[in-house]
Amino acid sequence: MNLIKISWANIKDKKLNSFLSVLLLTLGIGMISLLLLLNKQLDEQFRRNIRGIDMVVGAKGSPLQLILSSIYQIDAPTGNVPLSEVNKLKMNPFVKTVIPLSMGDNYQGYRIVGTTPKYIEHYEATVGEGKLFVQPLEVTLGSKVAQATGMKVGDTFASAHGLDEEGDEHGDTKYKVVGVFEPNGSVVDQLILTDLSSVWAIHDHAEEPTHSTEEGETDHDEEAIPHEKEVTSALIQFRSPMGMLALPRQVNANTPMQAALPSIEINRLFSLMGVGIDTLRALAVVIILIAGASVFISLYNSLKERKYEMALMLSMGATRAMLFRMLLLEGLILALLGYVAGVLLSRLGLWLFSQAAEQDFHYSFSGMMLLPEELLLLAGALAIGVLAAALPSLGVYRLSISRTLAQD
Amino acid sequence: MITSKDLSFSYSPHKKFNFPDILCNDGEALLILGQSGRGKTTLLHILALLLTPATGDIIIDGHSIHSLSPKQTATVRANKIGIIYQRAHFVSSLTVLENLLLSNYLAGRNQDRDKAAYLADQLGFSEHLPKKTHELSQGEQQRVSIARALMNNPAVILADEPTSNLDDENCQRVVNLLKAHSAQIGASLIVVTHDQRLKDEFSNQISL
Repeated sequence: MNLIKISWANIKDKKLNSFLSVLLLTLGIGMISLLLLLNKQLDEQFRRNIRGIDMVVGAKGSPLQLILSSIYQIDAPTGNVPLSEVNKLKMNPFVKTVIPLSMGDNYQGYRIVGTTPKYIEHYEATVGEGKLFVQPLEVTLGSKVAQATGMKVGDTFASAHGLDEEGDEHGDTKYKVVGVFEPNGSVVDQLILTDLSSVWAIHDHAEEPTHSTEEGETDHDEEAIPHEKEVTSALIQFRSPMGMLALPRQVNANTPMQAALPSIEINRLFSLMGVGIDTLRALAVVIILIAGASVFISLYNSLKERKYEMALMLSMGATRAMLFRMLLLEGLILALLGYVAGVLLSRLGLWLFSQAAEQDFHYSFSGMMLLPEELLLLAGALAIGVLAAALPSLGVYRLSISRTLAQD
Repeated sequence: MITSKDLSFSYSPHKKFNFPDILCNDGEALLILGQSGRGKTTLLHILALLLTPATGDIIIDGHSIHSLSPKQTATVRANKIGIIYQRAHFVSSLTVLENLLLSNYLAGRNQDRDKAAYLADQLGFSEHLPKKTHELSQGEQQRVSIARALMNNPAVILADEPTSNLDDENCQRVVNLLKAHSAQIGASLIVVTHDQRLKDEFSNQISL
């Protein structure tokens, strides 16, 4: 028998009231915690892949779309641009590196991206098994692709046209897997990388404007008239920050391409999402406050009912401070239960979200660690529990033992 | 042993109680009879140190309670006095056994499970120890509250209308148990009641 045991017995005695209080807290805490987790994960994923890329050039269209498709590989590309225009940028004194990207095909939903070894260098990806692609039609798989498709070094596969699994297959030309990357947490994990020339080899005959309506490649053996080589976009690194000022304007004004700055677009994206996140967060705070009110009402009511018990315990030698502590402890235990359940709930939420994101975007989220913000959340939850318990519990100090005992 | 001298109390200037002096030796029993409104419960609460008298003093086990601090009063009440109320009240979330041990805990003593089991056996509710108190009948509850009053071996046992809610059979049983057990631990037993059934049970009587 001790205070904690008595408090716990009281909580168990009022199962429904306690359940409601804990449930509300769980929901509120769970929501905030999930938002924190998602925010952190999204931020990490976005920042990790953005690093070092100062500008993206591609076909004119939405700059955000260009960033999403070229850096994160989640949106459709804006179109193609001539390779010659991209190569011209290499001459520019502000430009340090140009990494051309060419996409348009997939295998089981995983994008096949034609690029140069610089792309791999940039993301610091290392080949774990086999080697890096050298010849056209050789590919190196991202770790997640290898895991999901079960392909190994030496396997061959036919790509499908477009960016989703339902595209028509390029049945006659097959890619050959020559290596698998080590997992490194960047976008490379979810890509099939090959040389730029592979994509041209596959599409030379299929992507001519005249044939674009009938994409089935059953029987055109004749090589199409060589036309200008195209890429989808290019990732640019500047030599100095000065490039940021001059280059985008130059590209937009003087070339058929558009220039998009990842930092600006991503901030724009986050500020768009921010409205939704802020609303959810406000909602969660309201739920937590309601949970506090629920603890308050539940303790207030039970205190009215337990007035006699309190007087009885006082007559048996308990001090008022002791009873006050006992009641605070009830609020504290409820808050702690709500917090633990909420944090667990948010992990479950993140896991479910990750499953969905994995399926749709091949991005996964992990991170079951407790965030520093969540410790703050713990302090907040406990403070609400204590506060909600303290207000009604102060009544213990005004209780007249004799009068209460004589009443009944 | 408990004695009192010149006790008086007033809730308002118009309603003042003057109580007769009380003397009850160790192992003896005293019945205080009185009709409603004569201050029976008030006197019991004064003797139980729950109310501070306007005048007069109480001596428990040779110690005056006159100049005790609230904290000392609580300690004396917890350790020296066992109280039984008209209607048995308990901490409803706890079991019968836990309610008995609570009395040890709140007095700052070791929690004596053996004694709780012994008293439960003596008072005939052993099988109810793991139950919640509201599952017991009134008579059983009153017996549990007697056991609770005995848990700390008090010098004085005070009972406020312990039998008024009980039928004749339970009334007889409760009175016998009260007398037997307070005599056994050498405590002074004071019963305050208007219950005329108890008149013949006690040789020492005071009327209010």
